[in-house]
Amino acid sequence: MAVLTIRDALNEALREEILRDENVFVMGEEVAEYDGAYKVTRGLWKEFGDKRVVDTPITELGFAAVGVGAAMAGLRPVIEFMTWNFSILASDQIINHAAKMLYMSGGQFKVPIVFRGPNGSAFQVSSQHSQALEAFYANFPGLKVVMPSTAADAKGLLKSSIRDDNPVIFLEQERMYGLKGEVPEGDDFIIPLGLADIKREGTDCTIVARSMTVPLALQAAEKIQAEFDVSVEVVDPRTIKPLDIDTIVGSVQKTNRLVIAEESHEFASVGAEITYQVMDRAFDHLDAPIKRVSTAETPMPYAKNLEAAALPSVEKIIAAVKDVCYL
Amino acid sequence: MAEKFLMPKLSPTMEEGQISRWVINEGDDFSAGDTLAEVDTDKATMEMTALTGGTLLKVIKPAGSTAALGETIAITGKKGEDITALLAEASSNGSEKKAPAEPKEPAPVAAAAVASTAEVSAPVATSTSKAGNGRVIVSPIAARMAADNGVDLRAVIGSGPNGRIIKRDIEAALAGGGSSGSGRVAFTPSTVVGASAYNDEPTSQMRRVIASRLAESIGPVPTFYLTTEIEMDNALDLRRAINASVPDEQKISVNDIIVKVAALSLVKHPYVNASYQGDKIRFYEQPDIGIAVAIDEGLITPVVRGANLKGFVEIGAEIRDLAAKARSKKLLPEEYTGATFSISNLGMFGIKEFTAIINPPEAGILAVGNAVPTAVVREGAVVVRNIMNVTMSCDHRVIDGATGAKFLQTFKQMLEQPAMMLV
Repeated sequence: MAVLTIRDALNEALREEILRDENVFVMGEEVAEYDGAYKVTRGLWKEFGDKRVVDTPITELGFAAVGVGAAMAGLRPVIEFMTWNFSILASDQIINHAAKMLYMSGGQFKVPIVFRGPNGSAFQVSSQHSQALEAFYANFPGLKVVMPSTAADAKGLLKSSIRDDNPVIFLEQERMYGLKGEVPEGDDFIIPLGLADIKREGTDCTIVARSMTVPLALQAAEKIQAEFDVSVEVVDPRTIKPLDIDTIVGSVQKTNRLVIAEESHEFASVGAEITYQVMDRAFDHLDAPIKRVSTAETPMPYAKNLEAAALPSVEKIIAAVKDVCYL
Repeated sequence: MAEKFLMPKLSPTMEEGQISRWVINEGDDFSAGDTLAEVDTDKATMEMTALTGGTLLKVIKPAGSTAALGETIAITGKKGEDITALLAEASSNGSEKKAPAEPKEPAPVAAAAVASTAEVSAPVATSTSKAGNGRVIVSPIAARMAADNGVDLRAVIGSGPNGRIIKRDIEAALAGGGSSGSGRVAFTPSTVVGASAYNDEPTSQMRRVIASRLAESIGPVPTFYLTTEIEMDNALDLRRAINASVPDEQKISVNDIIVKVAALSLVKHPYVNASYQGDKIRFYEQPDIGIAVAIDEGLITPVVRGANLKGFVEIGAEIRDLAAKARSKKLLPEEYTGATFSISNLGMFGIKEFTAIINPPEAGILAVGNAVPTAVVREGAVVVRNIMNVTMSCDHRVIDGATGAKFLQTFKQMLEQPAMMLV
């Protein structure tokens, strides 16, 4: 297996899909000549040219609309948002058009499009550039929402997303682009959407984490094991919608305790949804109220110390696990 | 705003506490950090301090009464506040907490609690939302396990917040109670008619913990015993020589030498300074030796840490200090928990040889008898030597026969030839 950064794993996925299907093209701000703001599209324009890798003006609503139209006409666009914060400008196209088209056209027009880019906090980019939007997009029927946390997941899930006939919200994390991991070789490695992955097996407490909180949860699990001899299972749903609730419920049935770690704000979050579904399906298996670790209810502060205080951390996750384990 | 003051957790293994005395009276003001009451826990008398300032509006649990963890023992707040609703809650809380001990008749307890607050009894009578309904707080999985296994939840004491019965409490109840200081099943002592008269004294916290700890030991811990005779003459000479050269307050006992020799031997035998932990064996880097000290109500094992690195005089002073604290029940939790091995010495009672019970999760305990002048054969002649018998109880899950024997060999060698301590 090759060891790749998440950035390069995404690049491989894009390249392989462009080669595999002539309808696939990449479009967004700076994706072509500049190789992408975060270099995810590095080398693609040089290799495939203007037709497959398209630079756009700073017009999120406009190029999202071009993408939706192209998808309706039979192409498979991959639209990069420089960050998901800018997608809010384009959200009319995503929510009102991409998500609704199949339904409102009575099944005549499918929209096989991927919107992708970094989601959540970065390094001191403050309130308008640090938002985690998974709960926002997951709230609308018609969209799939994908959040990889490893290089292999990033590659396998992006390829599946491009091949999917529905609009897919593909949420990456700027802090994680440089994380390395093993990626199976060969250009037909895919991971189906809607399949959770148990990142660490354990028996005493389940942590459901996604994207940036997965490495935090794994570190917390090691520390808890060493300090309290409590065995923590870390479940990464990988796809928020459709959600693999069976794997989560199966884990809770084993451990009887659940902590959810997430980078979004907690009110009406994905963690709130998981909490409800676990309560609905596994109430009789719970030994403690479910705990969440989310980002504080505040616009993201710019100051480094306040930013750290607002975000989920290993320490906060450990405290939540201790709570549900009555330690 | 007026608040319920709940029985806090004052020792790591505490499940309930007895109010020894209230330091301040009803109506007194207090500040954060002030001592409100002294509480007898399972191990020691602890000071219960205030986390915030306020006024003691009402004492729910007077001196001498016992309260479970999280049970309301007083109402605090600002002078003149209306506390009738809290009193009503506290009285219902009282009945629900008492239920495990007296499952058949929770009502009189509630009534008693209400009666003790007679001066505000009128509103209490109308505020009966929860009073006397004996509601049991239980986690879903614990409730299901109890139902599946026919466990009466009213007979289980919850170890979770607010007395919530959680999974481990049911597991403990199913295992026969008493494991790891969590939920235990209440019992009703049988009363025999027509036989001997008897006196019932309430089981003290310490006696309960001793019972549960020792039962826990003899049950799951497969123990075996190794005995050896040690010729103590050289060690006694060493002690005499030291005591002849130090001031009175620094004089050492044989036990101080034994503790240091045990610590030095433990360092050389890691399997004895270890603990069986199910999926792993924990090896301790430092020998921390619990010394069994008899006190009026039972026994406690203050810990001498790292005695391998300490001198005899230092060890002696430390043990004297810990024992004095133990007798006045002033030991801090960190002074009596976390030993890696224990020593019980009954030599001063004239006991020649005995076996001691392991204090889990430690893997061993050394039972030390007195050194008795004994006729022995040395080089073909009968001579008198001071012989001391020691018996080590070993947890066979960690210590095998030969491992334990080698440890005792080292221990014996150092006592018989104290110069070996320097090797």
